[in-house]
This record gives sequence, structure tokens and C-alpha cells, in this order.
Amino acid sequence: MKKLNTFRLSFPSKSLNEGFSRAVTAAFAALCDPTVEEICDLKTAVSEAVTNCIVHAYPNGEGVVYIEGTLFEGNILKIKIRDRGVGISDIKQAMEPLYTTAGDDRSGLGFCVMESFSDKVGVRSTVGKGTVVTLTKKLSGKEKL
Amino acid sequence: MKMQCKNKILTVFLDGEIDHHSAPSVRNAVDEAILSDSPEKLELDFSAVTFMDSSGIGLIMGRYKLMNGRGGIVRVIGLKKRDRRIVEMSGLKKLIEIG
Repeated sequence: MKKLNTFRLSFPSKSLNEGFSRAVTAAFAALCDPTVEEICDLKTAVSEAVTNCIVHAYPNGEGVVYIEGTLFEGNILKIKIRDRGVGISDIKQAMEPLYTTAGDDRSGLGFCVMESFSDKVGVRSTVGKGTVVTLTKKLSGKEKL
Repeated sequence: MKMQCKNKILTVFLDGEIDHHSAPSVRNAVDEAILSDSPEKLELDFSAVTFMDSSGIGLIMGRYKLMNGRGGIVRVIGLKKRDRRIVEMSGLKKLIEIG
């Protein structure tokens, strides 16, 4: 697939940046004129992935969250959300609905929401090295690039 | 966010974006009101919420636990289509009223 456009973003794992990361992703997706519904889906999925980095990846302090967005031919958008944190030892278990290792009113629905609001969710993780979540979504707007 | 307590019903008018960043301050304010007003029913009004992710579910679940432990009930109103989808994933419909 041919790449049409891309962006890279990195920021400290502060919860304040959850809204910022959603807004940047939405602005990037908006360049190809998707529906409001699709933008909202994307914002919700990205919010879950970024929140996971902030809540789970760096238990001993602050780290960096990296986002890379790429628009491919056919209006296929891939958003990679990456951290260099503790990693996930059992991805299958982490993706189970209602499973959470965090207290504090966490619902354990993060991956379910990502799956529901994107076309595909990919997770790669190495314990001690970090996690990459890749969200793929086909947007309905016309290719402009 | 505004709150009012009338006839043992505490209504919370949530607004803006509910995510992991904003949820703790909402939680603290609502819990404080539950503990001081001792309502029989907690009504969470999502009409003015512009964005919600699964942190909103955590917020509802946590308040359900607190209210349930005190013999009270929770009702959620004003959910938009998208937010309703997230609530349906959580199974909360079995525990709370959704208007």
C-alpha cells in the first residue's frame, strides 16, 4: 500500500495529554474528509490506547508516548501508539473484557472499545521493552492527496 | 459540572470530555455529595458530555458500587449513541437504570 501522508508525535505520559493526542489524531484524519462518526470512533480508540500507556506502561514514573499516523491509498488510516514501558506479559488476558490490573475505577474495557471503534487492532509487546498498539480504520472520505 | 439534590435524588449534570484525566475530579465531587447528602438515587446526566471513553464506564461502575453499598440506586440519562455503545459493552445495563 502506498503511503500518502504521515505524522509523528511524542509527549510525556501525563494524563493531560490524552485530549491533546485525540485532537491531533482527529485533525490528521480530517485532512481526508471522513465522516464525523469516523472521527469520533478514531478519537475514542486512540484515547483508550494512550490511556493504557499512561496508566500501565510506566508504573515507576513518567515516560514517553509515541504516536505515528499514516494514511495509505484507499483512505486506510493506521495509528501506532507506542511506549517504552514495562510491556504486557499476557496480551490475550490483557485484551479480555473487564480484565484490569489497575484499581481506581478502571473498567477493563480499553481493548474492547478499541476493537469496537476500529477495523483492526494489533498488539505487540515485549516485557521490559514496551508495547505497540496499531489501530487500522478505513475512512470513507475522498482521497485528497 | 453542576449537581442538585432534591427529594433524596442527587442529579449530576456532567459536561465536557470524560476521560482518564478528567474522571478523578468528577469522581471526588460526586462521592463527596453522595456521602454528605445520602441520596436514595443517583442520577448521572450525560446530555452535555461531548466525549467519553471507557473511563466513563469506570466512573459509573464506581458510583454504582458506592450507591449499592448504601442501599441506593443509579440511573444514567442523556447518553448519546456512541456512549450508549460503550455502556452496552460493559454489561452495566443489568445493574443500573438507563434512561
